[in-house]
Amino acid sequence: MHTKKLLTAACTAALAMLATGAHAQFSGNTVKIGVLTDMSGTYSDLAGQGAVVATQMAIEDFVAKEKPGFKVEMVSADHQNKADIASNKAREWFEREGVDTATELVTTSTALAVMKVAKEMNKVVLMNGPGSTPITNEQCNDVSVHYTYDTYALANGTAKAVTQQGGKNWFFLTADYAFGQALEKDSSAVVTANGGKVVGSVRHPFPASDFSSFLLQAQASNAQIIGLANAGADTTNAIKQAAEFGITPKQQLAGLLMFISDVHSLGLKNAQGMFLTTGFYWDLNDETRAWSKRFFDKQKRMPTMVQAGQYSSVMHYLKAVKAAGTDDTTKVMAQMKKTPINDFFAKNGQIREDGRMVHDMYLVQVKKPEESKYPWDYYHVKQVIPGAEAFQPLSLSRCPLVKK
Amino acid sequence: MEIFGVPSALFGSQLLIGLINGSFYAILSLGLAIIFGLLNIINFAHGAQYMMGAFVAWIALTKFGVNYWVALLLSPILIGALGVVLERTMLRKLYKLDHLYGLLLTFGLALIFEGIFRDQYGISGQAYEVPDALKGGVNLGFMFMPIYRGWVVVAALAVCFGTWFMIEKTKLGAYLRAGTENPQIVQALGINVPLLITFTYGYGVALAAFAGVLAAPIYQVSPQMGANLIIVVFAVVVIGGMGSIMGSIVTGLGLGLIEGLTRVFYPEASAVVVFFIMVIVLLVRPAGLFGKAA
Repeated sequence: MHTKKLLTAACTAALAMLATGAHAQFSGNTVKIGVLTDMSGTYSDLAGQGAVVATQMAIEDFVAKEKPGFKVEMVSADHQNKADIASNKAREWFEREGVDTATELVTTSTALAVMKVAKEMNKVVLMNGPGSTPITNEQCNDVSVHYTYDTYALANGTAKAVTQQGGKNWFFLTADYAFGQALEKDSSAVVTANGGKVVGSVRHPFPASDFSSFLLQAQASNAQIIGLANAGADTTNAIKQAAEFGITPKQQLAGLLMFISDVHSLGLKNAQGMFLTTGFYWDLNDETRAWSKRFFDKQKRMPTMVQAGQYSSVMHYLKAVKAAGTDDTTKVMAQMKKTPINDFFAKNGQIREDGRMVHDMYLVQVKKPEESKYPWDYYHVKQVIPGAEAFQPLSLSRCPLVKK
Repeated sequence: MEIFGVPSALFGSQLLIGLINGSFYAILSLGLAIIFGLLNIINFAHGAQYMMGAFVAWIALTKFGVNYWVALLLSPILIGALGVVLERTMLRKLYKLDHLYGLLLTFGLALIFEGIFRDQYGISGQAYEVPDALKGGVNLGFMFMPIYRGWVVVAALAVCFGTWFMIEKTKLGAYLRAGTENPQIVQALGINVPLLITFTYGYGVALAAFAGVLAAPIYQVSPQMGANLIIVVFAVVVIGGMGSIMGSIVTGLGLGLIEGLTRVFYPEASAVVVFFIMVIVLLVRPAGLFGKAA
């Protein structure tokens, strides 16, 4: 009797060990995704809770369709757009909570801080909200993916199209910090390269609420196009006040970074006629509509490109983990880079060696109020910009990982 | 013609815009000055109350179809009433304590109010249309002046000077000033001092809400609109002299003008010029330009 008990115990232990052995490729038999985003500040509408919802959707869809042999969990936190908070949280997640990837990371400063921590601890970073190009140039590393868009693609879309359509004289209204200056610089280069001219610019404090003084300077310049190298509330307030002072429609505005949440908050009456560049529009085709309606049911707003990209990047990551059979960073990154991305967000998207996910971008024009037939019917898609044209070519990359 | 290398048309238009922004500063700092001067409370919730004033106008229009002119009256009454409730239930307990307690309490309240509106309406803001009667603009020769902005200056100045008149020249104002100097004696004369103080706080808060309704058609109605403005307004109050009624009005207008000119000559400094002046004024006259030395 005693021997039998002992035997059973030994067998159970052996089985248990076998079982653990089979899953030893996954730390804790769980893949843990950490959504680090702005939950309460300036960018909380375009990323924030919507990014958490999109991540949750990706996890649920992945588990339902792929039936993986491992568990998938999500944690989320508010980085308050502060680099120190972001890097502390990421470190805590990686060190103590077994988080495998930190995702979203709107605002460049938080993204760059988390990239450093992740590199040190060899964990994956998936970025959807931040826009600056240094992420895949000087600051690039082999654990990071820059997924949704960047300032190069924005300038290359909007500034190029507007200049080619005859908007040759530009005046820039620029938010006086790194992002605004980078956007002005990238856009000026595109304007000049396309035969246009920059007649002047004014730097406004960030954030600002009254733009009338700056707008009057733009008006006095007599430029055809006023380029708005700012974002969020700065952009929406500038657009609203340009209409108030009779500057539009005599002079045209070009919003160099605008999200559908900005257009929604401005209303079509104020935003009509503007060109902008986006990585995603919910009403593009049946696939985008189907996913976006599911998102709408949960969040009561249509997704921004950041939120749609969040779903796509998390899904791509989880599929790569399953295909590689491990959550080991190097193997998962290799798998992600070699697999093209084909979903509602991107067709034949590809992650390059500098971490840039290359996919088509869209040049859109905001509809007039009378052209909008149903809620959130905001854009005319004017042009599909192929990925290879939209993003900075690898030959110009300043990323040390890129072999020349 | 040029003035210091700047075309005179641009110079003139910046002066006018400075005056418009200055009238916002004046009306907001006036509310703060009244509350501080008569209650000794540093009302950090003032920016949130300004924001709520704008939101009440927006909600009234979109949900109930209440127009701008009604909102201009309704919003200050509602938010002022909320102020009365706050005064009765919370602030009243702090009058005998250090100023710091009032500041901390109102700061906490501001965060709570902003959080609630952010949770309900998001951060991007809501658009509020200029009322039909004030649409369009006038060509002044040197600039295109939106009629609505002109109305803002007129309305703000009328309310500011009305308030100044009430406090400095009427019997009610005299009771108020006496009640804060020596509450026991005034109470002994049969005047209800606690009621006067409650009324004063409610009025100060109503001024913030009034400015909020004025601002709604110009800026996006957003939970952060007050937080962005309140620091500058505090600087205006300090420069004018804490608690000085006339000081806050004159300084508000003056600093609006100076800020407008900075935006022409050196735009990058326009966000800090007010604080630069504050430092200089505090060094030369620690009680502020119009303040009485303690």
